[in-house]
Amino acid sequence: MSGKESGYLDMELLRFTTAGSVDDGKSTLIGRLLYDSKAIFEDQMEAIERVSERSGHEEVNLALLTDGLRSEREQGITIDVAYRYFATPKRKFIIADTPGHIQYTRNMVTGASTANVALILVDARHGVLEQTLRHAYIASLLQIPHVIFCINKMDLVDYSQETFEKIKSDIDAVSSKLSVKDIRFVPISALKGDNVVDRSEVMDWYDGPTLMYLLENIHISSDINHDDFRFPVQYVIRPQSAEWPDYRGYAGRIASGAIKVGDEVGVLPSGFTSKVKSIDMMEESLEVGFAPQSVSITLEDEIDISRGDMLIKRNNGSEPKNSQDIEAMVCWFNERKLMPRGKYVIKHTSSDARCMVTDIQYKMNINTLEKNEEDKEVGMNDIARIKIRSTKPLFFDSYSRNRITGSLILVDEATNETVAAGMII
Amino acid sequence: MDQYRINHLKELEAESIYVIREVAAQFENPVMLFSGGKDSIVMFHLARKAFWPGKVPFPLMHIDTGHNFPEALEYRDRIMEETGTKCIVALVQDSIDQGRVVEEKGVNASRNKLQTVTLLDAIENHKFDAAMGGGRRDEEKARAKERFFSHRDEFGQWDPKNQRPELWNIFNGRKNMGEHFRVFPISNWTEMDVWQYIYMEQIDLPSLYFTHKREVFNRDGVWLAKLPFMQLKDTEKVETLDVRCRTIGDVTCTGLTLSTANTLEDIIHEVASTRTTERGGRADDKRSESAMEDRKREGYF
Ligand SMILES: Nc1nc2c(ncn2[C@@H]2O[C@H](COP(=O)(O)OP(=O)(O)OP(=O)(O)O)[C@@H](O)[C@H]2O)c(=O)[nH]1
Ligand SMILES: [Mg+2]
Repeated sequence: MSGKESGYLDMELLRFTTAGSVDDGKSTLIGRLLYDSKAIFEDQMEAIERVSERSGHEEVNLALLTDGLRSEREQGITIDVAYRYFATPKRKFIIADTPGHIQYTRNMVTGASTANVALILVDARHGVLEQTLRHAYIASLLQIPHVIFCINKMDLVDYSQETFEKIKSDIDAVSSKLSVKDIRFVPISALKGDNVVDRSEVMDWYDGPTLMYLLENIHISSDINHDDFRFPVQYVIRPQSAEWPDYRGYAGRIASGAIKVGDEVGVLPSGFTSKVKSIDMMEESLEVGFAPQSVSITLEDEIDISRGDMLIKRNNGSEPKNSQDIEAMVCWFNERKLMPRGKYVIKHTSSDARCMVTDIQYKMNINTLEKNEEDKEVGMNDIARIKIRSTKPLFFDSYSRNRITGSLILVDEATNETVAAGMII
Repeated sequence: MDQYRINHLKELEAESIYVIREVAAQFENPVMLFSGGKDSIVMFHLARKAFWPGKVPFPLMHIDTGHNFPEALEYRDRIMEETGTKCIVALVQDSIDQGRVVEEKGVNASRNKLQTVTLLDAIENHKFDAAMGGGRRDEEKARAKERFFSHRDEFGQWDPKNQRPELWNIFNGRKNMGEHFRVFPISNWTEMDVWQYIYMEQIDLPSLYFTHKREVFNRDGVWLAKLPFMQLKDTEKVETLDVRCRTIGDVTCTGLTLSTANTLEDIIHEVASTRTTERGGRADDKRSESAMEDRKREGYF
């Protein structure tokens, strides 16, 4: 195959998310990106033109491209994450358009948890709001490596450079408290399209890149941890067939690092050591496997390994912690408050265990980004640092080192709902 | 670090295989829905990869409206035979005969909506606790809201305003008795990704996807196949044209594309330059603004 298509076969995948306060223009921006990069189909465009006209909008309401639920269209807000896709010759993009409403913060976190890049929108008229800060803080907690602040609705402030600079310096003042590696600023109008895909003609004072240029060029391949080999065993493949009487493959997705045939691996929790015999992906046998591939690994020795166990490489010095005690920052998602000394199910990589919250160390004050050690009641949308003791040892890294082996969720045993997301310290 | 780079298709493949294995590990009695369309064919291919050299550890299930392209059924039976996989067939006709549903009347009658009841009954009868489907988020605006692991209450309903948060790649498949999950392993694939992947893996497809001559007629701008069970209006004329399927579903609501694409390369070119969505040809989505959301709430695929 030639030209465009063969190029398409070798694209890099970039996942990004929107964030920011209600009505700052997140959904409109995604609509604009899709529209200007010609990723909207005629029948989709006709459908939203019809609806916009019926509801009396002057211009086509691009937010309708992602606000797909009936209640969202009726209320003009986003309630749950919408995933959208588009591709340019350089990259394929997966977008999670998330709600700004505080009530739906958990859906924002859902969309942000897998993102490489977060676009945080700020309405130029209102500047930095509590929700802007909350989302910036969540983006930093989730260790999204790149954050782009889009100062939006510049058309409503006469495209004023002064307004842009003021907001930028307000954000700079708080960003020292955040741990984001890479922060950028772009003045845009999602509605009119300035600096989204096409360069703004009015804002000639801005000589930085457009948003699309950033999305296409931000360097992401070094965001994955390529150093520590971690392989949570997900499933054991034992065909016991005439053709494969003795095959025993440990199936899973490589969480981080790389592994070669012949490498020595350690098995947790048993502590045994063996050597990699093969790394299989159907008939294809790999010499080297690396994150984020899904493979089946066979070992030289017969060892009892099951789901929840982990294969690691010991020779590079860093081993995961192996402990029943875990400290984590959690975002709370449920109306039922966190119960001190409450019992939950903890899900971490391919492990499930029961656990107890043994201590609430502090709650984060989102407005000041300071610790609150007085009020320790953790309710919906709160962020807190807690200690957990699980009924069996888990093998983990800190979230800042490893987004997969450093993350966990808590499930309420009574309702089976996911009540918290945790980032291990 | 470029030695450790994989392209987007390999990354999507790895994600989907991970999801499918997670289903096999977390549920006692899962099933994979198989319609004979390209999405379920890709999903089944991924399932085979996920458990190789073992067999796929769950059955497939086809919800059969009885309004099929014969080529799709031939393909289904052949693939099941070749791979030694069990495929349960649940018939909408049985639901009609049992009085569980009432057939729509008139020329636009479709069994598409009736499938929901057949599906929910089959899930209950077989005590399936998870049903994997080939739905993709790029297909339709309500689908764009769907989680990988989508919780269904004891009535099989979806509550889009109250979905469980889904963080990273940790999936919570815990549920109460009588509830089940719908799981969508290829959520993040686009139509183009599916075709590129079929090309990359050289996956065998039903002949319907390639251009062939067929008797068709035009209804409200959509080309439909003239098959024995199709009722025509007096004004509708049957013509023989070069067409192919972009999706394969119930014949009464599967629009055909006029095309000259004969190979996977041709199809990829065609998809790259097309200006309408694949569901643009589906009469079932045209019924109202939120047709898909309403059907999904009730328990549709
Ligand atoms: N003038 C102007 N209006 C804008 C711009 N961007 C968005 N808007 C308008 O702001 C309103 C809210 O936009 P949305 O895109 O729905 O906001 P949102 O951030 O997605 O809101 P939630 O998802 O509910 O948090 C709409 O009426 C938009 O038309 C802009 O650049 N300029
Ligand atoms: Mg929105």
